[in-house]
Amino acid sequence: MVKKIYFHSIFFSFFFIKETFAAESGGMPQLNPEFWVSQIFWLTLTFGIMYLVLSKLILPKISDNLETRKSQILENIEAAEKQREDSDAKLKEYDEIIFKSKLEANSIFNQAREKAIKDISAKRTVLDQQIDNEIAEAEKEIDILRKKAPEKINKIAIETSSELLQKIIGAEINNSSITAIVDDLSKRNGDKYYGN
Amino acid sequence: MAANPMSQFDVYRIGPEIKVGAFDISFTNASLFMILSTLSILIIFNLGSNKNSILPNKIQLLAELSYTFVSKMISDTAGSKAKPYFAFIFSLFMFVLFCNMFGMIPYTFTVTSHIIVTFVLAAFIFIGVTVIGFIKHGFGYLKLFVPSGVPAVLLPLIVVIEIISYLSRPISLSVRLFANMMAGHTMMKVFGGFVISLGVVGGWLPLSFSVALTGLEILVAFLQAYVFAILTCIYLNDALNLHH
Repeated sequence: MVKKIYFHSIFFSFFFIKETFAAESGGMPQLNPEFWVSQIFWLTLTFGIMYLVLSKLILPKISDNLETRKSQILENIEAAEKQREDSDAKLKEYDEIIFKSKLEANSIFNQAREKAIKDISAKRTVLDQQIDNEIAEAEKEIDILRKKAPEKINKIAIETSSELLQKIIGAEINNSSITAIVDDLSKRNGDKYYGN
Repeated sequence: MAANPMSQFDVYRIGPEIKVGAFDISFTNASLFMILSTLSILIIFNLGSNKNSILPNKIQLLAELSYTFVSKMISDTAGSKAKPYFAFIFSLFMFVLFCNMFGMIPYTFTVTSHIIVTFVLAAFIFIGVTVIGFIKHGFGYLKLFVPSGVPAVLLPLIVVIEIISYLSRPISLSVRLFANMMAGHTMMKVFGGFVISLGVVGGWLPLSFSVALTGLEILVAFLQAYVFAILTCIYLNDALNLHH
């Protein structure tokens, strides 16, 4: 309504200006009112249509686009934040698992070591005993051998000396007399050879 | 025709004469460039808003940057109450900007270099703002003419000055845009004419001037569209948020 009244007043004012500037056609073309009505008409038409299309169709779309982008970016940031927290928690969990498994490995290692040490010591005592036994047996045998040794030596001495005498003298000699002599000699010199 | 720097502002009929009653509404070169400007605006912003991708392509980025630019300009100068007038101010800014920029292409016609076009826009804004002011504040809108904190002796004078300044808004708004456009284009035409008349020997100086002026005029084309839109926002702010 206001627009209409306004345009009417513009139209009426043309009629006065047209008279004033009729001679001005050589000057500024802007002041030549010949096409003023046409310009106003086309301006109103084009600007009006553009305004309607922009305000009803295009601008709401752009505004929607901006809004969705904004909200989507916010959502994405939130999701990223959440994922970061998740990964942090997982990292903690992982650290804990690693720590626990380290402890476990340590204890397993310790147990194995203790067991090995025990085994070794048990085996060692057994071995020690065996060795002791064997040593004892060997000592016994040695003792026996030692005890038997003078007798054997005496016997060897008697036989050797009887054969020796036989070869030297050429006569049979009574073994019993030689035995007596050897026994007597060995008893006298025994200490010197055996240290008993 | 080329010799006269004002001939670029001539309006001439394209096609037959169309008359509605006593009024001649023939299709002219001015109409052609109005249609070209509005069509390019609609095409660019339609292309820029059709696909909604998270990573915008160039044309979508252009549309969205313009949207946020104008939206920020309005909210900075006129506050959140001016939201319903966003579409109008956006159309206004884009229309003036595209008309100015189309005028920068050689052999085109600058729609905004005609006082009648800018005056119709400015007068529509003036009337619209006044109507909005009276609807929002009733007769309290007249307080706009009575600034607070003025001595009573000076008040009659101040009120008269305020009323004159208010009434001269459409004139200043329209003349600013029209005069800037006309002066710039006339100057470019004059320097262009010097290039021809001075020839190969002396034509280089005005030619370099012409190049510099073209850059300046592109700046002015943007700046005047911005000033036009921001002054509209300021007037709207006066009507929406009565400060005085």
